[in-house]
Amino acid sequence: MGVRKIAAAISALLVVVSIISLTINSLEFGLDFTSGTSVRLNYGGTVDLDEVNGILQNNGYEDAVVVSFGTDRDIRIILPVDETVDVQDQAGQAVEVGATIAALLRSNSDAQISLLGSDYVSAKVGEELAEQGGLGMLVALGIIMVYIAVRFQFKFSVGAVVALAHDLIVTLGIFSLVRMEFNLNTLAAMLAIIGYSLNDTIVVSDRIRENFRRMRRGTPIEMVNKSLNQTLSRTLITSFTTLLVLFSILIIGGESTQGFAVALIIGVIIGTYSSVYIASNVIIYMKVTREDLMIPLKEGADLEGHP
Amino acid sequence: MVLLIVLWGLLYSVPNLYPDDEALQITTEGLSLNSADIEVVTTALEAAQVEFFGVEGNDTNLLVRFDSVEDQLRAKTAIEDALGADYIVALNLAPTTPNWMQAIGAGKMNLGLDLQGGVHFLMEVDMDAALERRMNDNLSNVRTILREERIRTRGLNLISNSHLEVRFANAGERSQARSELIDNFPEMLFQNRDVGDIFILDMRMTADTILQVHRDTLQANRTTLLNRVDALGVAEPTVQQQGANRIVVELPGVQDPAQAIRILQRIATLEFHLEAEIGATSLSYEPYEYQGLLVNVDNDVILQGDRVSNVRSTLDQNGLPQVQINLDAQGGTQINRVTRDNVGRMMDILLIETKSRTNTSLNEDGEEVEEIEFYEDKRLISHATIRTALPRTFVITGLTAREANDLSLLIRSGSLAAPMTIVEQSVIGPTMGRENLEAGLRGVQVASVLVVLFMLFYYRVFGMTANVALIMNILLIFAVLSSFLPATLTLPGIVGIVLTIGMAVDANVLIFTRIREELSNGVPPQQAIDAGYNRAFTTILDANLTTFLVALVLFTIGTGPVKGFSVTLMIGILTSMFTAIVGTRSLINLIYGGRSVQKLSIGRYRSSKQAQAT
Repeated sequence: MGVRKIAAAISALLVVVSIISLTINSLEFGLDFTSGTSVRLNYGGTVDLDEVNGILQNNGYEDAVVVSFGTDRDIRIILPVDETVDVQDQAGQAVEVGATIAALLRSNSDAQISLLGSDYVSAKVGEELAEQGGLGMLVALGIIMVYIAVRFQFKFSVGAVVALAHDLIVTLGIFSLVRMEFNLNTLAAMLAIIGYSLNDTIVVSDRIRENFRRMRRGTPIEMVNKSLNQTLSRTLITSFTTLLVLFSILIIGGESTQGFAVALIIGVIIGTYSSVYIASNVIIYMKVTREDLMIPLKEGADLEGHP
Repeated sequence: MVLLIVLWGLLYSVPNLYPDDEALQITTEGLSLNSADIEVVTTALEAAQVEFFGVEGNDTNLLVRFDSVEDQLRAKTAIEDALGADYIVALNLAPTTPNWMQAIGAGKMNLGLDLQGGVHFLMEVDMDAALERRMNDNLSNVRTILREERIRTRGLNLISNSHLEVRFANAGERSQARSELIDNFPEMLFQNRDVGDIFILDMRMTADTILQVHRDTLQANRTTLLNRVDALGVAEPTVQQQGANRIVVELPGVQDPAQAIRILQRIATLEFHLEAEIGATSLSYEPYEYQGLLVNVDNDVILQGDRVSNVRSTLDQNGLPQVQINLDAQGGTQINRVTRDNVGRMMDILLIETKSRTNTSLNEDGEEVEEIEFYEDKRLISHATIRTALPRTFVITGLTAREANDLSLLIRSGSLAAPMTIVEQSVIGPTMGRENLEAGLRGVQVASVLVVLFMLFYYRVFGMTANVALIMNILLIFAVLSSFLPATLTLPGIVGIVLTIGMAVDANVLIFTRIREELSNGVPPQQAIDAGYNRAFTTILDANLTTFLVALVLFTIGTGPVKGFSVTLMIGILTSMFTAIVGTRSLINLIYGGRSVQKLSIGRYRSSKQAQAT
């Protein structure tokens, strides 16, 4: 396929841009990974974020960040952990802060304000979570590499892992470019993307393996192309149904799952692209041969057919 | 087989359709409930004019059902007033599933906090403090032993929280001390070290002992928390260990985290007193009830509870139950001095707990306001004669086995083995929980409908079988979640289910495109079906297995939302492989099997693939 080189160039560009964006912008880590207190409030009507911000700034909460949360009636106020308070009492203090802020805003506004809930994460836990998440991705990638190397061949596992790394880097890159919050839910989405993209890659690899075993003629490139074409309709249909589902979560699933849905939508689109263009590309670049995929037991018999 | 599994899925997912009744669960600490209690409850409810039904119960707990939350709350106050503080009245939901369903274990799914509202705490146990406490204890023990043996030291120092050193003036004293100490501290490693003319004996806790201290501390704190959570009157709380030094506490339905924090950090202590002497002025004692008798307890505290280092219920040499109380070094000296001078008098032990209660009163506008009030609850738990001067470790006898057990439990639950810090906390309001649940379920419905329509349109009859399989799959996921897995459905879990819906049809898409391909190669229908299922199988297996592995990794190392998501994803992968392969195959066989078929209703299959491939 002639597009191969173009695809490689596009991917390289995407990865480079993502990495640059990740180094410059970094990720907007959510409360789960940093630390602090977040207070969720519901207004009876539309909220004026600037007004809320003004009230907070004037009342000693200079570090407070006000963001809208799903609808225009819900807001989230994020406060850093008060380091002057003893660790033992921080959680209790976080609860009080929630009530205090709600009362403060109520006294400054006619709207019906209700406290939806609050979260508090200590600095220690946040750090650990970030480490755990990173470790999780590495472990998952490692296990997959081993599995594919056993079931298929080492070149395929390199292809799959390169495709996965590509997906993760580009998805994270998009997150950092548009400054979307990265929290535990989005982390779970990242890991789901690994699963999903892998699914696609395996289906293609499976077909490549089958074609290499069944067909005597054709160059590796031809065979990979043929396999891609054969699986293309399935790849597109599955991506389509998955996207159908994800868009329905995004639109009606409520604010709590929106970040998750967006992350997965980006991931599914990139994952579909990468399993078609990246994984198979890598396999071709690594010069996959028929011998790589022969079933060991039949090797002797098959060798006769080779020049 | 397929039919059986489908029936099973149906049976176990149906209970989720029965709405729960609002209910109150009444239990009492250590004591048993009887018919008199039931009468008190029903009279109180009738007096308060609260409608109720379905009173049921046994020795240990009593359940009363109500029509609405308002009734439930009014009833709670009424029952609490009627029964008094010895009873715990917890808000609960009672299942309305028929008895035979409950008998076979068919029940509802557990909903996570994010779906029903509540408070979540992650508490970290300060292990360093636990070790230090233990080491300080050891230090004073060493000091006492050496003093008793009249071995002179040139200093005892705590080097770290697992290491202490004893300094001696000469090697002889050191080896004498070593042989004395080695039997008393089997869990310590002993080592000699000389610095100039100082002879040092190093005592270090072994790694095993440190681990054991960690484990004991965590277990003790968990027990304490469990007891405290019980006192909060929360139905179905979760108190679970997480990792090596954390405890997760989840309290569904609790809406005031501040109160919960206060209760979890509740201080309960013991106080040791002497019984007031006959003729003492009434100002110097307070009467307490003990086993039906009034005992006048002297106001002077001879020992505070923070001197108690451990409490165990054991059996004495005659097999009679007793409670063994260990004091720390200073406590030992104190109790010894006091009891030596008071042999023959009675010693009383008071359990003092800080509790809270909610008072409802009318404010100036005539509205009901609730107010939380804290109070100290003092109870006389032991009243025994001092027979001899008490050493650091002594026993209280004359208790029944159950009393001994309760006592050691109560005392232990009174104090935390090590301080705890709340490192993560999340409060989810009930409205938000309900919204999450509704939005999530709506997501499942809409997603299913969209996928079902698409499959029907694209694959016709085959698409229909895939749809049946999909619905079966959803039923099975819910059935597995509500029956034998202790899994909790959370919002990320619902997302996991939705994602499986998208991916579950993938297996069918793989099979059907394969069948279409075979058909366009001119293979007869029956053979095409066969070949399609066979060829697609390895692909499906490989694809699902790798995804399953990823989910398993997530489950093992993840916490919270990541875990919730991976559980449903794993269940979904397994059930979808079954329904998509075995389920659709048997349906297809039902429709096309046993006859010669000319045409399959699988959508257009004269695709452009052939032209492209050649």
